Amino acid sequence: MIRKSIFVLLLLALSVSATFAQDSVSLIYLVDESQNSQDMATALAEAYMAQHPNVTITVESRPGGTEGDNIVKTRLATGDMTDIFFYNSGSLLQALNPTQTLVDLSDQAFIANVQESFLPTVSQGDGIYGVPTGTGMGGGILYNKRVYEDLGLSVPMTWDDFAANNAAIAEAGIAPVLATFGDTWTAQLFVLADYYNVEQADPGFAERYTANEAKYASTPAALAGFTYLQQGFEDGWWQQDFATTRFEPGLALLANGEVAHYPMLTFALSTIAANFPDQANDIGFFAQPGASADANGATIWMPAGTYIPQTTTGAKLEAALGFLGFIASVEGVDAINAQVAPNGPYLIKESSLPDSVLPAVKDLAAYIDSGNSYPALEFLSPIKGPNLEQLCVAVATGQMTAEEAAANYDLDVERQAQQLGLPGW
Amino acid sequence: MMSESRPKYILRTYPHWFYIPAAIIFAIFFVAPTVLAFYFSLTRWTLFDATFIGLENYQRFFGDPQLSAGLRNTVIYAVITSGLKVIIGLLLATLLTSRLWLKDLLRSIIFFPVLVSTVAVGITFSVLMQPTTGLINTVLRTTGMGPPDWLGNPGMALFSVAMVDVWRGLGIATMIYIAGIMSIPDDYFEAAKLEGGAWVKFRYVVLPLARNATFTVILLSFIGGLRTFDLIWTMTRGGPGFASDVLTSVIYKQYQAGFYGLSTAGNVVLFILVTIIVYPLMRFLNRRELAEL
Repeated sequence: MIRKSIFVLLLLALSVSATFAQDSVSLIYLVDESQNSQDMATALAEAYMAQHPNVTITVESRPGGTEGDNIVKTRLATGDMTDIFFYNSGSLLQALNPTQTLVDLSDQAFIANVQESFLPTVSQGDGIYGVPTGTGMGGGILYNKRVYEDLGLSVPMTWDDFAANNAAIAEAGIAPVLATFGDTWTAQLFVLADYYNVEQADPGFAERYTANEAKYASTPAALAGFTYLQQGFEDGWWQQDFATTRFEPGLALLANGEVAHYPMLTFALSTIAANFPDQANDIGFFAQPGASADANGATIWMPAGTYIPQTTTGAKLEAALGFLGFIASVEGVDAINAQVAPNGPYLIKESSLPDSVLPAVKDLAAYIDSGNSYPALEFLSPIKGPNLEQLCVAVATGQMTAEEAAANYDLDVERQAQQLGLPGW
Repeated sequence: MMSESRPKYILRTYPHWFYIPAAIIFAIFFVAPTVLAFYFSLTRWTLFDATFIGLENYQRFFGDPQLSAGLRNTVIYAVITSGLKVIIGLLLATLLTSRLWLKDLLRSIIFFPVLVSTVAVGITFSVLMQPTTGLINTVLRTTGMGPPDWLGNPGMALFSVAMVDVWRGLGIATMIYIAGIMSIPDDYFEAAKLEGGAWVKFRYVVLPLARNATFTVILLSFIGGLRTFDLIWTMTRGGPGFASDVLTSVIYKQYQAGFYGLSTAGNVVLFILVTIIVYPLMRFLNRRELAEL
């Protein structure tokens, strides 16, 4: 009797697994190793698998930064890319040569759910290659509001106000600005987050820069970002051990009020929320101030995208398109919101931020809602020189002047433009 | 040359077909990539396609302001590490060939760092050298010394990495010296004992007769220093800024940036540079060696 029922059970189990095996598809989703991206990708994958039991999505991690860029490029070039992958939009995506390597999504219905402002950052020629995954971000200054309250400071509207605040903060024995040059990419913010101000002072810089008609070294508004780094070093704004401090330990200093400001992208907020839930509400955001208080606004980063390489075909391609459709839907946004604190606006139509959103994200949303925001240069031009991080560190540690670094960066940009085969270089 | 002095019947030991497997492996895995590398160094290469641009990559590589700094750092690094390995290695070998209790154990201990993966060494030392919480500075502070920022100070970073490299590579240098000293016939030491004390023994016996060992250590550690990468990359990534960039880290960064043609050109330059520096050095050292005999 027992033996017979076991036999029946076994048979049942076999037939069940056989029916699943018939149309079950498993996908591998390559995502950078940052906590935020991993949580988001896992949230999306789990929500989608709950709806589609025949699809299994495994999140695989890869390093971030230039090391990650290299991995993605090499895997694409050798036809060894995972079924779907998560990667930056804008200039970094252009370097992947999407027309030759990625699946064109422009005829998919779900593209209609994506806000138009995102599409140029994932397009090449007539093709559209990705869906926005996660939130857009603001680039500017994260600040500790308790420090500001204790010292009676107000949000600076010009760079001179910012410098004055820094002097007052330093006098109180607190390091004015957090520098985390142990992770070199974090050094670029004074330059990159200044683009709103560059555009205000010199409208159309991006186009002329792409066409080889405008240079960092010879455009005073563009040079300003490098000058700010030099000023930061000369005036002693950075905290102790700035040359080797890394990103995450740095966030602890900001959350605990040991430093007052951090030039950063708002994506750092969700890491702060995860590591220091009690202090996350003490962190605010303001746009990097420029020369004039009348033209004050935030520089915006577009969300990264999810893409399908051309090596994904057949049933896997069908499943991958289904998953991308889910990412580009309000349901997908809800799945992310349920697990990860948003860092800025979503670029999916009819999606909204939860009420519980962090104060710094509300600060950012205020700039966007009032129309005082502009995309960062890397979303307006395909060219971004790879040495910018090191050049920024060199200026901010007193090894180079702003002018030298800007001239050096122009050479770097030239190399990148030639590598991309752009006209006019 | 050795082969010229060999009798012909040794060279004719094998029939031609016997060489074919090795020749195929050699052609596919060594000759072809080398030739291709020279070709791709003349192109603008995206991995997807390559455009022939002549010598532009080389022009650009030498016009790169980071390169001159990287080149200088590479030579400084190679000279410091090989110099220190020679001096300290010889002293340690002298100690470890003396009549010492637990000599064999001590010899293994000095060789131990050689066995540990370089990446692990690099990560460990970047933690130890952390300016405020690192062990090294914590100890220095208790002795009242002003603790330096080993890896964060642009003027020091390269030297800090070089010190770690010396620590890690000392085992091999010492082993080579131990072998060299052990092969010196006892008669010389007997004679030195009659002539005078320890200094005579070291200066007139060990130093000249371990010369071959010195050449080997210099050559090996100099080549190692010129092509060093893993330690620099795990400890400073060439930073802060470009302060500890060496030739290999500059090339690697260009590769990371997707400048595949340019970084291939960089590798060709490195290949030529190593040849230019090492070949005459080897000739010079070998000639001295022959003259001694």
